[in-house]
Amino acid sequence: MGLSAASVDSAQLASWRERFPRAFGRTPRERAILLACGLGLAAFVVFCLVRFDASPARIVNGMERFGRIAGALFPPTPGDAFWDLTKAMLESVGMAFLGTLIAAVIAVPLGFLGARNVLPIRLLRFPIRRSFDFLRGVDALVWALVYVRAVGLGPLAGVLAIATTDVGIFAKLFAEAIENVDRKQVEGVRAAGGNAIKTVRFGILPQVLPIMLSNVLYMFESNTRSATILGIIGAGGIGFALSDRIRAHRWDEVGFIIIMIIVVVALIDFFSHLLRTRVIRAGGTRPLVLAEETAAPAAPEATDKRR
Amino acid sequence: MSTSIQVRRFEEEFARLRRRQRFQLFGYSLLFLGIFHVAAEFSQFTLERLVAGLPRIGEYIGKTLPEIRYVSLFSDVATWYYGILKWLQLLGDTLLIALMATLFGAAGGLLLCFPASRNLVGRYWIYFAFRRIAEIARCVPEVVYALVFVVAFGIGPFAGFLALMAHTTGALGKLFAEANENIEERQLDGVRAAGGSWLEVIRYAVLPQVLPNFTTYTLWRLELNIRSAAIVGFVGAGGIGQELYQAIGLNYYEDVSAIVLMIVVTITMIDLLCERIRHRIIGRESLQWA
Repeated sequence: MGLSAASVDSAQLASWRERFPRAFGRTPRERAILLACGLGLAAFVVFCLVRFDASPARIVNGMERFGRIAGALFPPTPGDAFWDLTKAMLESVGMAFLGTLIAAVIAVPLGFLGARNVLPIRLLRFPIRRSFDFLRGVDALVWALVYVRAVGLGPLAGVLAIATTDVGIFAKLFAEAIENVDRKQVEGVRAAGGNAIKTVRFGILPQVLPIMLSNVLYMFESNTRSATILGIIGAGGIGFALSDRIRAHRWDEVGFIIIMIIVVVALIDFFSHLLRTRVIRAGGTRPLVLAEETAAPAAPEATDKRR
Repeated sequence: MSTSIQVRRFEEEFARLRRRQRFQLFGYSLLFLGIFHVAAEFSQFTLERLVAGLPRIGEYIGKTLPEIRYVSLFSDVATWYYGILKWLQLLGDTLLIALMATLFGAAGGLLLCFPASRNLVGRYWIYFAFRRIAEIARCVPEVVYALVFVVAFGIGPFAGFLALMAHTTGALGKLFAEANENIEERQLDGVRAAGGSWLEVIRYAVLPQVLPNFTTYTLWRLELNIRSAAIVGFVGAGGIGQELYQAIGLNYYEDVSAIVLMIVVTITMIDLLCERIRHRIIGRESLQWA
């Protein structure tokens, strides 16, 4: 049955409209606010486009040229440098591996120093934590620029750049992991007469090691991505070949290199994911990763601190 | 009694376990050393080069630091930051690049995500095609996009905006689609049962469930984009990065530290701001869920 239109007279409708204005659509006030927001957004976009010097002619010309480039990417060919490219790609992966490894080794003691429950002196901890933030805040590409100036062109600059940024990231993550350990095991070791070193070794380390490992693996994935572009500014790896081909407008080879990067990054992601799930399962702990992708704030119930 | 037998059996079992663990540890260490050796080989990494390089890094960083004396504190800082007006403008450009790229990238991701969700499209190939488009768009680093767009659209912040937008569209498209796949199916059925079209299902059953997630993902992407916007300038895509690249290239040492410090402070402030907004959104949500 329900409420048919005929059974409601217009007076009733008017009184309902007055009592529940929002059930009948947006109120004039809401509509005005929405319109103002829309206009503001449009004005912002126009302002930015003017500031970016994006005249319609430039956009059209650019689109046309981009279309030609996109067409020229196919069919991708390695040129006559397949082995050189493969070697450069492996160099990138090697850079990521070494950079991650060095960073992890340096970050373990730093992480302990940055943890509240290991170093309770706030005055000391504060500058340590802030220096992690600084290392993290400067992108690997900026460090790479500096290192290329300091140690010359080549993969060494790339390894150091990755390591520098990662020390900041790892030290922060490790410190947070250490702060979140279960106190009972630590107290257990202390009660059994363990000294400071034994407390760390048997009370804290077994709890945080799986978290650390999965973070390291995760950053290795992410660093493989960065290592592919570090070469663009001369810090070794496939990036140099890529920017070289782009500047020479050899687009079919550019297409090949891009596909190569995508495939290798996907492969590394796959294996690292496999290892990570094993590590986590063995450790029985949830990872505490704050970098790209996994750092994506998860659905509300997952980030709920009260769990 | 059999206690001693049990103890012995336990000891044997324990020893066997330890042996296996040691064996595994040895194997893994060997594998690890092998990989390390290969990686060092390919990236021409040797201890001598590292030792030779480290002091030069200290030297370089020392050169970038300005000379600031207590007696002439203000004039020294003023000399250090002589280009502050220009740099602030460029930093503003960088922020605009990031904001615009996030805005358009989120819009692109929104368009892309619904056909890329398995539970919202009937035909597998549509889902497959859109999902792969998002993944491939996300796989290419921003700097590579920037290199290509600089060739196509010319040097300047517009190329940077396009580069970040392309990457953001892919990254957010994938994240949004994953959020779509985790929604409550019953609401979809409800709108469908009431005769809703595909678009109406999206609007009234999907969007209300995923909008808070979409907002937090977008804010988080904004943080990342501000970092990247400072970087794409290195290949000519505008903003403060281009200025930093020139300062490093031309050995304007003190400019380098001044600009890097400005970038780091800006990024830190925006991170804190975004985090606060995000926590507020998440906090309100979790209250509703409770």
